Amino acid sequence: MAAENSDIVAVCNDSVGSSKLGGFRERWPERLINVGIAEQNLVGVGAGLANGGKLPFVCAAASFLTGRALEQIKADVAYSNANVKLCGISSGMAYGALGSTHHSTEDFAWMRAIPNIAVVAPADRIETAAATAWAASYSGPVFLRLSRVGVPDLFAEGHTFELGRANMLREGADLTIIANGTLAHRAVSAAEILEAKGIEARVLNMATVRPIDEEAIVRAARDTGAILTCEEHSIYGGLGGAVAEVVCENEPVRVKRRGVPGIFAPTGSANFLLDEFGMSPDGIADSAIELIRKKT
Amino acid sequence: MQKVRSKTLALPGNMGLRELKVIANRIRRRDLRTVFEVGAGHIGGEMSVIDILTALYFDILNVDPDAPLDPNRDRLVLSKGHTALALYITLSERGFIPKDETSTYLQPLSRLNGHPDCTKVPGVETNTGPLGHGLPVGVGMAKAAKIDNADWHTFVIAGDGEMQEGSNWEAIMAAAQFNLDNMTLIIDHNRLQQGARLAETNSLAPLAPKFEAFNWAVEEIDGHDMRAICRALSPKSVTAGKPRCVVAHTNKGQGITFMTDNVAWHHKVPNAEQFELGMAELEAEAKAVEFAR
Repeated sequence: MAAENSDIVAVCNDSVGSSKLGGFRERWPERLINVGIAEQNLVGVGAGLANGGKLPFVCAAASFLTGRALEQIKADVAYSNANVKLCGISSGMAYGALGSTHHSTEDFAWMRAIPNIAVVAPADRIETAAATAWAASYSGPVFLRLSRVGVPDLFAEGHTFELGRANMLREGADLTIIANGTLAHRAVSAAEILEAKGIEARVLNMATVRPIDEEAIVRAARDTGAILTCEEHSIYGGLGGAVAEVVCENEPVRVKRRGVPGIFAPTGSANFLLDEFGMSPDGIADSAIELIRKKT
Repeated sequence: MQKVRSKTLALPGNMGLRELKVIANRIRRRDLRTVFEVGAGHIGGEMSVIDILTALYFDILNVDPDAPLDPNRDRLVLSKGHTALALYITLSERGFIPKDETSTYLQPLSRLNGHPDCTKVPGVETNTGPLGHGLPVGVGMAKAAKIDNADWHTFVIAGDGEMQEGSNWEAIMAAAQFNLDNMTLIIDHNRLQQGARLAETNSLAPLAPKFEAFNWAVEEIDGHDMRAICRALSPKSVTAGKPRCVVAHTNKGQGITFMTDNVAWHHKVPNAEQFELGMAELEAEAKAVEFAR
């Protein structure tokens, strides 16, 4: 992308390594702007670069990018409509045992409350590439919420990303599991477990948290009568919250949110913690069975 | 890459000092009248920054009201966004927005918000309001010009109290590290913040040595001396390889004696009597400037 578009610049906060920008730096050293450990300046500089005609991808650990520079994201990027692509790396609990200071499990809530910014959490390497290409072509602020926890491929090569459009990963009529990011493949595995038990679960990959695909959510509520959400984020204000808002206003059915249950996570790897919070494939399947039992 | 040069932008030409003073005086009178009529504004800080804004828009900045988004325009960021009214009136004097529009300041659905909105007002480059935002954005602008080897310049005006924001110091470090000699920070050093004097709050004085220590080129000027402002902001005053800081010693409420250097006038609104008194003083100054012709 950077070879084709000379306006693309990368901006980082001493995170050349963790942002995987080493190759970029080798080829275009003058287009890599490392501001040092200074996230407020990081985002402000990104907005200024956009004003100066550049297409900045601003990369930092999601927790520091969104937490430390939230006001810059709101005022300099979103409110000013600066064409900045914020890349929150190692989002969710990717830093695992480093602890809650490094976890980014509030960012969906913070970012989706800000007007004029697209919030996107891709589910695998292919969707990440597709969403990144889309972000470069889209004129306006974007927050790409990226993980560094390995996940299996869900999409075929050549997949294109469409903002605000959920992908049906699996059809089903008994309930719908809505997930994104690192939870999408776990949701698919859960659906396979459920299938063996005679339950047909629809699985939606909801990469775009804002603007959310209201149509797909309402259809899921209407068709399946129950929705289970799974996310590597607090259950407060994230994907589950966004889905529940749409369901309540349009097609009230029972919704169960799975995520970080409103606590600072104990020590453990991301995958350990996801399992711990009931989001192993078996855990998700159990939640689904319980939810179906409560369906009226 | 070929050096980008901007030859198409209309410059106001060599405006004389007297004419700049006439314009600044007119902006002050319009500001006072608007604050009085609308019943709101940040009049103290507006009066302190008006000479700087006038020098920029009528002598320094390479900007064109007919092409406000020309890629090669100079950039001006008013980081002390609460003095938006002074910016709006200056923009209207320079032809970016209609002169009579400034009477809509703060009115329902007016695009002239209490803090400037770049998505609505031509000539505004980025949205400011929360303090400590303008300088980091200015660093990004200047860096973009450096990458393109373009010759446009970025100016940021910050309040002195605003320098208490840590984000500014992140940007100050970055500007020096990036050798941004294509950007200028002007500190409107009126010694007063909203609630008290800086000296009683978080002094920061002296400012200039701090910038020198951060490897900036620094100059201290009388921020109400039009000749000094124009000279300090001139391209000739740039030090190669270093970002430039102009510490402009100003007075809050400059031009209206009973407001001058008085913390009470941060955002106080004059009553009818005070309005008449202030206007009489500014009109007397206008006559004096005219007389000097």
